[in-house]
Amino acid sequence: MENEETNVQSVPAENGGADVTPAAADSAVFQIKNIGKSFGDHVVLKDISFTVNRGDVISVIGPSGSGKSTMLRCINMLEDLTSGSILYHGKDVTDKSVKLTNYRAKVGMVFQSFNLFNNMTALQNCVKPQTVVLKRSKAEAKKIAEEYLNKVGMGAFINAKPSQLSGGQKQRVAIARTLSMNPEAILFDEPTSALDPEMVGEVLEVMRALAKSGLTMIVVTHEMGFARDVSDRVIFMDGGVIVEEGTPEEIFGAPKVQRTKDFLARVL
Amino acid sequence: MSFFEDVWKIITEHGDLLLKGVGNTLLLALTGTIMGLFIGLLIGVFRTIPRPKNRAVRAIKKVADFILSAYIEIFRGTPMMVQAMVIYWGYAFASGGNTLPLIPSGIIIVSINTGAYMAEIVRGGIISVDKGQFEGASAIGMTHFQTMFHVVLPQVLRNILPSVSNEFIINVKDTSVLNVIGVAELYYYAGIIKKFNLQLFQTYFVVCVTYFILTFTISKLLRLAEKKLEGKKNYTVFGSQSDFEAEIHVKEEE
Repeated sequence: MENEETNVQSVPAENGGADVTPAAADSAVFQIKNIGKSFGDHVVLKDISFTVNRGDVISVIGPSGSGKSTMLRCINMLEDLTSGSILYHGKDVTDKSVKLTNYRAKVGMVFQSFNLFNNMTALQNCVKPQTVVLKRSKAEAKKIAEEYLNKVGMGAFINAKPSQLSGGQKQRVAIARTLSMNPEAILFDEPTSALDPEMVGEVLEVMRALAKSGLTMIVVTHEMGFARDVSDRVIFMDGGVIVEEGTPEEIFGAPKVQRTKDFLARVL
Repeated sequence: MSFFEDVWKIITEHGDLLLKGVGNTLLLALTGTIMGLFIGLLIGVFRTIPRPKNRAVRAIKKVADFILSAYIEIFRGTPMMVQAMVIYWGYAFASGGNTLPLIPSGIIIVSINTGAYMAEIVRGGIISVDKGQFEGASAIGMTHFQTMFHVVLPQVLRNILPSVSNEFIINVKDTSVLNVIGVAELYYYAGIIKKFNLQLFQTYFVVCVTYFILTFTISKLLRLAEKKLEGKKNYTVFGSQSDFEAEIHVKEEE
């Protein structure tokens, strides 16, 4: 899979929306600036800031309810921010004038619950978004979809409906669907949390290969092994704030904050 | 003895009228149900538009939402027979004595009446679609209308088909009220036939059985369509399931 590096990383021209065209020199894909999110009186995120550079693989870990998933959903604008801003190549996507559909076409998202389209086969799941959103021809979209379905090891199941697939298979199709859009970055929202232990491996294997290929990834995960071995940086969140951020060696080897130590002691 | 002779006589002597009535009843019920479904789908798509960012657009949407719910409440809350009178004679009143042709009037009345029910059926159908389907679609960059058209509505249609069949069958029976404005459907012809033979029971018995044959056949046909829509239970596995690297030959489908 490593030899596909350019294919995964480069964003084809037709993927480009006028209002979110990447600035060539800027290596920061995302600049998350002081974002906050509340549901009514309930504050979920407080003053979260970090930067994601091209090719970064960032793992976000932390206890349940710490706001990890909400933060990821905010980055894709599935949730409206209460405060702060998200810069994508320097452009603030929280601005009302930004066309979110263009932004989202470039920033893929993989969900805990897969969210494959139930009315379509695995192949159609990967073809439809390309023809509808990117306006690719059906033949081209099909070629790309088959390529990525093969890559995640689901080429044999292209005619299966989501209801006919296992959880791990569904998640691999979901990843292929996201890859078929040739995104610049992919946000993974606990992609293995809903899977049986023996299916976790097959999904992580695909993700490892993606990380190696140089794709920009933000991964919210409970898989500490993945966070330690694959990511460039690890963010530990608790209570809606970033408690500690550093390389996997720093976080797992020598955590500085007591809360991080406590959490890792419990999960490792 | 003589009862069955009478019935047979009605069928043989007035079969052409009965057939005309059946034809018009089916025309009214079918087009009314399809147009009603269409109205319901449009309203369903419109009402689920996410909250607009622009203030002015938001205000317009609020007004439209109010008009739509008024439409639904009024047409669900009054009898179709009365609606038929009000619309038909209302048009005559407004246009200074002109009346609309009868069959098109009937179709319009059945359509907007059914539309009010369908809007609620579609709303239920949209609610029953998993929220993840909407999220998956918007996260991949689809607009609201693309999401609805490609992902949600196909699932909604499958889910609401039993209710739509129900509406169709109700319409086959309820178009009989359109005789009040003189639409020539099955019940209207019963009124004509009885004037010929003065046999009220025998005539309405024949019409009753005819209605039942219609609705029963339709009910069975729609069940068949439902099964078709469910799709294949099986699928073909290409290549090897265990070896990711194995070459896969994909046959053309469709």
